[in-house]
Amino acid sequence: MSIELIWAIILSFAIFAYVILDGFDLGIGINYPFIKSKWERDLAMNSVAPIWDGNETWLILGGGGLFAAFPLAYSIVLPALYAPLTAMLIGLILRGVAFEFRWKNKQQKNIWDQAFIIGSYTASFFQGVALGAFIQGVPYADRAYSGMWWDWLSPFSILTGLAVVIGYGLLGSTWLIYKTENRTKRNMQILARRFFITTLVMIIIVSLWTPYLHPEYFDKWFSFPRILYVLPVPLLVFIGSIMCFRSLYKNHDLQPFLWSIFLFLLSFIGLMISIFPNIVPPSLDIWQAAAPEKSLKFLLVGVVIFLPIIIGYTSFTYWIFRGKTQNNENYH
Amino acid sequence: MFDPLILARFQFAFVVSFHIIFPAFTIGLASYLAVLEGLWLWKKETRYLKLFNYWLKIFAIAFGMGVVSGIVMSYQFGTNWSVFSDKTGPILGPLMGYEVLSAFFLEAGFLGIMLFGMNKVGKKLHFFATLMVAFGTFFSAFWILSVNSWMHTPAGYSINDVGQFVPENWFEIIFNPSFPYRLIHMLMAAYLTTAFVVGGVGAWHLLKNKTNLCAKTMLSMAMWMASVVAPLQLIAGDMHGLNTMEYQPAKIAAMEGHYETHKGAPLILFGIPDDTNMSINSIIEIPKLGSLILKHNSEAEIKGLKDFPKDEIPKAEIIFWSFRIMVGIGMLMIIVGFWSLYLRFKNSLYTSSIFHKIILFMGPAGFIAVIAGWITTEVGRQPFTVYGLLKTADSVSPIDAPAVGLSLIIFIITYFIVFGAGTIYIFRQFKIDPASDKGIPKKVGSLGVSMKFFDKA
Ligand code: HDD
Ligand code: HEM
Ligand code: HEM
Repeated sequence: MSIELIWAIILSFAIFAYVILDGFDLGIGINYPFIKSKWERDLAMNSVAPIWDGNETWLILGGGGLFAAFPLAYSIVLPALYAPLTAMLIGLILRGVAFEFRWKNKQQKNIWDQAFIIGSYTASFFQGVALGAFIQGVPYADRAYSGMWWDWLSPFSILTGLAVVIGYGLLGSTWLIYKTENRTKRNMQILARRFFITTLVMIIIVSLWTPYLHPEYFDKWFSFPRILYVLPVPLLVFIGSIMCFRSLYKNHDLQPFLWSIFLFLLSFIGLMISIFPNIVPPSLDIWQAAAPEKSLKFLLVGVVIFLPIIIGYTSFTYWIFRGKTQNNENYH
Repeated sequence: MFDPLILARFQFAFVVSFHIIFPAFTIGLASYLAVLEGLWLWKKETRYLKLFNYWLKIFAIAFGMGVVSGIVMSYQFGTNWSVFSDKTGPILGPLMGYEVLSAFFLEAGFLGIMLFGMNKVGKKLHFFATLMVAFGTFFSAFWILSVNSWMHTPAGYSINDVGQFVPENWFEIIFNPSFPYRLIHMLMAAYLTTAFVVGGVGAWHLLKNKTNLCAKTMLSMAMWMASVVAPLQLIAGDMHGLNTMEYQPAKIAAMEGHYETHKGAPLILFGIPDDTNMSINSIIEIPKLGSLILKHNSEAEIKGLKDFPKDEIPKAEIIFWSFRIMVGIGMLMIIVGFWSLYLRFKNSLYTSSIFHKIILFMGPAGFIAVIAGWITTEVGRQPFTVYGLLKTADSVSPIDAPAVGLSLIIFIITYFIVFGAGTIYIFRQFKIDPASDKGIPKKVGSLGVSMKFFDKA
């Protein structure tokens, strides 16, 4: 296996980890408008307060890893996604500070709750928009982006924006099913069912639309014999959906969350099938965009050493804060 | 005016200047918290625990702001400086990758335990978490300053046929010539910044109540830091300057206000530099001292800005001043440090109201010096991003002015609202008396007994 391919796998891992981990804590913000009482909002916030920063660090690894391993891709894609990424960053600022600030605000109507909601929706929506714009393809010439700064805006990217908001909503509500009890948990179950149905609809629409964006995508899915290899993906989506649906109607704690992750994983694999081996669709592949071998090797050493350690202490933190969240566990 | 290059530069300067405010404070504060918790575990005196709790809340707010402003930074390279990213990515990317792997994850991973974990993991493990966060801030400074120093004094690279910088020797890249100086100078800057904030808050509470034990402890600890580190900072700064003299003589000429080449150059204390006419009206200068400081020889020649290529010199009008602001504050810190030693000796450190007022006034001094220092360094590197090799004008993204301008306006508005609010919350926290019950845990159990560590919101 070539080192470029190893790096593509590492990056995919980082991005997927980000989507799941920050997905569920952004999802708390997506669910916030539907959680009315202050006590329950505190609870939802406390369920992610010790871990959200670690979750977001995967985004920095994704960006930093792209910069290090595929600098050409980084320098073509980021200018192309200038506006949606800026909007995403603003959203992340608003919701990031809300974790601390909302405890300092003693007013009845807490503006930082609003900031948390707006920030979470903005960040999620524009992540989805960026994803959609990326899938549509990014034109470049002379090692630089050659489109306009509003090219990202299209019906498809708006659709993927909505899809990500709804998908994160599902992750957030199923996480809260896992972390809460009694009435709060029941409310989250109702919410999660709605998010589940809409997520499924979104997955179907995006999956049917994507092959028509580029002939290559179409070939990857529908040409023979490829169709035989990729067929398990939609089949597993079908099975996963049924399991997720069931678990939402039984009184399970963790299962709905895990099945939602499973659906995300399948969507992610589907995306990989469409794009690979390109890193900037439709035409720049991972070998063309890769940094020189010396750079790839040097950082690979770091990944091999540090990634297991990171996964180790991150799991430890999750384990420390396992179980149902209580509201008296904050230091403020 | 609506040149994307100018807008992008302004945007970078704006977001990075905001960002650096938080690390400058949190690097020092993380270490301070580790010291406080260590002292508490060792001496078991409640005042250390009270102080730990007190500063922990402030740390949480500042750290949160540091994180969100930092994420913006790491995406700015790609959005605004994409040509720079393509060219330097093979070298700077892995260094930043190491920063994420060794520093950011460590900080973030243990921050949760540090803030919320005391009654879940016990004292010892909690102390370990605090230490890990402190190490994280240190590693972060290490890598990002290596990155920044490489841009000033590039080493260990070659250039490939598409114009990218390619690594040849990682050791030379990481430990490039200006890196050790910059790392030491910046870490001490962070410690001084924190010391003066802690001292200022202590002094303020002492002005209200001279017997406040916690306030005394804060002031005393801060002043030890000032009396030891401030003089060291002068030495480190001087060595840093000598190093710059060797690698970026044009920057030194601009900092010193030398347009003409002199043998036995004077030290210009004050003057009005004028870049258009390439001349300075010096008001106060000391003959020969400039050569003595920079070359350690009073007759040595110092090259003036006029003798560098016209399109390769930085703006003296800016860095002449920013440099003086930084050094001036450094001198004040040294004076205050010695003064505190004298007061200690006379047993009046906790009673001298004039001294407390001055320390209160000096509270924000570190932040100003840090920003002035960075402006000196960065504006002094212009017109290059990679010194001598890649011009700033050739680093910018091919993106239209309206996109850059609009995002700049949005950043400015968000930053002022969000970080303004954060600053207000930090100040509110300062007003709380550290000795009051708001800072004390409800029940401090002995080892092994579960503790209710936290007061309620
Ligand atoms: C990793 C690299 C890096 C690091 C650690 C810093 N900078 Fe920098 N700086 C740059 C990389 C850079 C750059 C990408 O190279 C810029 C962008 C535009 C430019 O000319 O250089 C720059 C420009 C730049 C400018 C504008 C100069 C001008 O355009 O005339 C200022 C005022 C600062 N920086 C200030 C800072 C501060 C306060 C920092 C403290 C955190 C800092 N820089 C760290
Ligand atoms: C211009 C270049 C810089 C970039 C791209 C950058 C990037 C970042 C990022 C992405 C974070 C968030 C990490 C997290 O989630 O924990 C961060 C935080 C941090 N940065 Fe920077 N940074 C820059 C300059 C600096 C400098 C010059 C220093 C110190 C000397 C520094 C020290 C820190 C520290 C200690 C943190 C931890 C969070 C905090 O202190 O609030 N950074 N930085
Ligand atoms: C006491 C006398 C001081 C001297 C002689 C001094 C000297 C210097 C010099 C020569 C530089 C420019 C480095 C370059 O050429 O790139 C610099 C940068 C800087 N200084 Fe100072 N300094 C002093 C005090 C301080 C103080 C008190 C602080 C903050 C508390 C500070 C913070 C900084 C920072 C943040 C930078 C930019 C980072 C770097 O390049 O290291 N300095 N200093």
